[in-house]
Amino acid sequence: MNALPSTATEPAPPYVRIEAVSKKFGEFLAVDAVSLEILRGEIFCLLGGSGSGKTTLLRMLAGFETPSAGRICIDGEDMSAVPPYDRPVNMMFQSYALFPHMSVERNVAFGLEQERIARPEVRRRVAEILELVQMSPYAGRRPHQLSGGQRQRVALARALAKRPKLLLLDEPLAALDRKLRERTQFELLNIQERLGVTFIVVTHDQEEAMTLATRMGVMDRGRIVQVGTPAEIYESPVNRFVADFIGSVNLLEGRVTAAGAHDLTLHSETHGCTVRAGRRVDCAPGDTVWAAIRPEKIVLSSEESPGEALGDNRLRGKVREVAYMGDVSICLVETDSGRTVRVTLPNRSGLAAQRDLRHATVTLSWDPASPVILTR
Amino acid sequence: MDQSAARKPIEPRPVRAGRHGMERLHRPSGRRIVAGIPALWLVVFFLIPFLIVLKISFSEPRLAIPPYAPLITWLHGLPVPRVHLSSYAYLFTDPLYLRSYLYSVMVAAVSTLICLAVGYPMAYAIARAGEAWRSFLLMLVVLPFWTSFLLRVYAWIGLLQNDGLINNVLLRLGLVHQPVTLLQTDFSLYVGIVYSYLPFMILPLYANLEKHDQALLEAAADLGARPLTAFLRVTLPQSLPGIAAGSLLVFIPAVGEYVIPTLLGRTDQIMIGRMLSDEFFQNRDWPVASAVAILILLLLVVPIVLLQRVERSEMEHES
Amino acid sequence: MRKGGLFPRTALVLGLVFLYVPILSMIVYSFNNSRLVTVWDAAHSPTLKWYGVLLSDGEVLDAAWLSLRVAVCAATVSTVLGTLAGTALARFGAFRGRSLLVGMTTAPIVMPEVISGLSLLLLFVALQQVIGWPHGMGALTITLAHISFCMAYVAVVIQSRLAGFDQSLEEAAQDLGARPAKVFWRITLPLILPAVLAGWLLAFTLSWDDLVISQFVAGPGSSTLPMVIFSKVRLGVSPDVNALATLMVSMVAGGVVVATLWLRHRQRRRERDMQLAAAANL
Repeated sequence: MNALPSTATEPAPPYVRIEAVSKKFGEFLAVDAVSLEILRGEIFCLLGGSGSGKTTLLRMLAGFETPSAGRICIDGEDMSAVPPYDRPVNMMFQSYALFPHMSVERNVAFGLEQERIARPEVRRRVAEILELVQMSPYAGRRPHQLSGGQRQRVALARALAKRPKLLLLDEPLAALDRKLRERTQFELLNIQERLGVTFIVVTHDQEEAMTLATRMGVMDRGRIVQVGTPAEIYESPVNRFVADFIGSVNLLEGRVTAAGAHDLTLHSETHGCTVRAGRRVDCAPGDTVWAAIRPEKIVLSSEESPGEALGDNRLRGKVREVAYMGDVSICLVETDSGRTVRVTLPNRSGLAAQRDLRHATVTLSWDPASPVILTR
Repeated sequence: MDQSAARKPIEPRPVRAGRHGMERLHRPSGRRIVAGIPALWLVVFFLIPFLIVLKISFSEPRLAIPPYAPLITWLHGLPVPRVHLSSYAYLFTDPLYLRSYLYSVMVAAVSTLICLAVGYPMAYAIARAGEAWRSFLLMLVVLPFWTSFLLRVYAWIGLLQNDGLINNVLLRLGLVHQPVTLLQTDFSLYVGIVYSYLPFMILPLYANLEKHDQALLEAAADLGARPLTAFLRVTLPQSLPGIAAGSLLVFIPAVGEYVIPTLLGRTDQIMIGRMLSDEFFQNRDWPVASAVAILILLLLVVPIVLLQRVERSEMEHES
Repeated sequence: MRKGGLFPRTALVLGLVFLYVPILSMIVYSFNNSRLVTVWDAAHSPTLKWYGVLLSDGEVLDAAWLSLRVAVCAATVSTVLGTLAGTALARFGAFRGRSLLVGMTTAPIVMPEVISGLSLLLLFVALQQVIGWPHGMGALTITLAHISFCMAYVAVVIQSRLAGFDQSLEEAAQDLGARPAKVFWRITLPLILPAVLAGWLLAFTLSWDDLVISQFVAGPGSSTLPMVIFSKVRLGVSPDVNALATLMVSMVAGGVVVATLWLRHRQRRRERDMQLAAAANL
């Protein structure tokens, strides 16, 4: 599903180096000492909520803001003194920013004209890129004569016309409806693979990030919290923020009771259970940690011998709510201690089976490999 | 590379987190030209003239061309300023001038209030009108502004004179038996000023009222407020910046008005703008005329600064 | 949307009547054969007599020609200067001397004209003494004076237009390699052209109408149209002035009607295009 970087044989030098970059607006610290390396040919997603600093970071890459501290190097060159019009970077704006008084063709040609390329060559390249985004029949139209999805393609074509080595995309799919979004996601991946352009995408939508990214960075309040592939971030979040931000998660707070060489046991008062995880994490008995368990990794079964003590990795509770989502159902199970655990069940047997679950007493269990132990 | 360092406390209050698109990074010399050319023009044709007026206000009048003595004379190679305060002394001691200043301020103030009383309901009505009506009504209000100011003031002569239209109508209707003196009174002066400056009151008021959220009034009604109360407690306070801007835009130029008082105003009590002009053209007393100008400016400095503050806060409010 | 009550609407109607009765009365009486406003000479009216008088009055025609030349010149130069100033104020952020520029572009708008006129005349006199130029007052000094106060109005118009302008368009142009000057020329200016035009018209009107400042800085040989009108009307009503007023009002009203119709036509076409685009791409 995710495009892999084309140069996978030997480690290439990072194409973009962000070194301890900070940005202050008056008293407000928007970006806090961010350091990042982005490799050539990859699709890197900056994921974060509003106010996380991701857009500011993107604008600094484009050259519209200057870092208050730190520096940015693109392809080995320090960009500190380089204005946006001299950078080998192009950006696709969230609002598309198509020039309303120019036709599609003129819009796309604009960047090429700045490079003083001969007219016939400009025409050829414009035709080529319009073909790539399938907007050739609309070359003579003006932006207000296009629909949202069409405008987006033109914006993309315009940004790619100059064959930049680095393309910045600001919330590229935010303005599109669901079906169009899915289609566009794959088209973007397609184009990226064909042209070999390095993408940096800023988004608040985790689905978008998970689909597009070869690697992603999660940002919170101006800092990068974790960088990794989507799988790494989903399966091995480094802290509770990341675990909770991506998808849904159940966080079981507890105290470490035993720390072995290959596993860890903790007891959770809040949820009234013991977790034995098959992972080793740096902590000592007595520490407070959290066990993060994804809802789809929990197995739900009708209550086994009631009254008996539960073993490791088991939890007892009552189903309080079942939400039918079509392909899956989301179960909210209330533990004896009053906490709610979220479980995702595939709808193998249809709605009726799920309905029976309501108010049933159930046992939840999970594989020792499932919980991720978080120390912060 | 993950951030493993402990989080630094972040100040919660953002101050003007605005967009700085074209910042210090690229400030080509082109910028200096763009800002510099108009600035230079204004310094030469706006700022320096004021300094000259100031200088001449301290000069001694002379029967010469130009009719004032140079400010700085050279005595034994050293500049000796000859500052005469006689012009100012004259202004402060002559009751005619004091009365004229006070009269001008009063006329301007009263005209501003009348403009406000007339213009506010008009602006309000336009702001509440339907989309299609609004631009049409605004156009109707602004259209007279595009026709000659002088001609429109002149039109009132025809209406107000003893054998003018209004008197005609009054006589025909039998409401009076003799023509009423309407021209060259305070009444005609106020009519003229209000008439000419009404668009300057309506436009800023409209700009402000148009932005008001109708939902606030609905919320007030929902909480039990009657329309008048809702207006006084919700709409009026919000429209204060518009009131301030409109009032200042009327008051400041009205103080120094020349044309309207000359054509429509009283002959026994004249406004300060006319006094300045007479002093200059008829008495050929440039120093006194300059002193009059400086004193008008001093009078208006506070309102002008206030206006700039109001406009600046409105602009910031918008962005 | 609530219509806003009876009182404001009555006030609006009365206010508009108040604004237009003088203008309409001038127009009506421009066709009156009699000089007197009291008497509608029904036997001989309506007549174009006064229009004839007006158009054969050499003084008026010369003054109109001068006013026109001055106004076109002043409007054009002050539009250029005002656009530069407005751009600097709207786009350059904080720079040294910004508050000075702000002050100098807002003060002329409210400054009483007698003060502006006086100061400019004194400037020209001082310049004459020091560098021997300008050689006497006339069309040139009038034009220079008009530029100086018109430019402030244009600056305000342009500045407020730019403040509401979508900056991402300018950023996109920069991103695609255009330097700031190019961005302004190819992206910003074409899109704010209506505002620039409005500024030009505003400056033209202000210059064309100006009386007080012109009186100060005009020379013995040069009278602008407002100056001629003023000397006529000081003596009372003059029907040929009514004729002039009618001509001017008609021209302005005609211009406004044409402009409104054209804008509406363009707006309708735009909306149609957008609807077609949305419908076609479902």
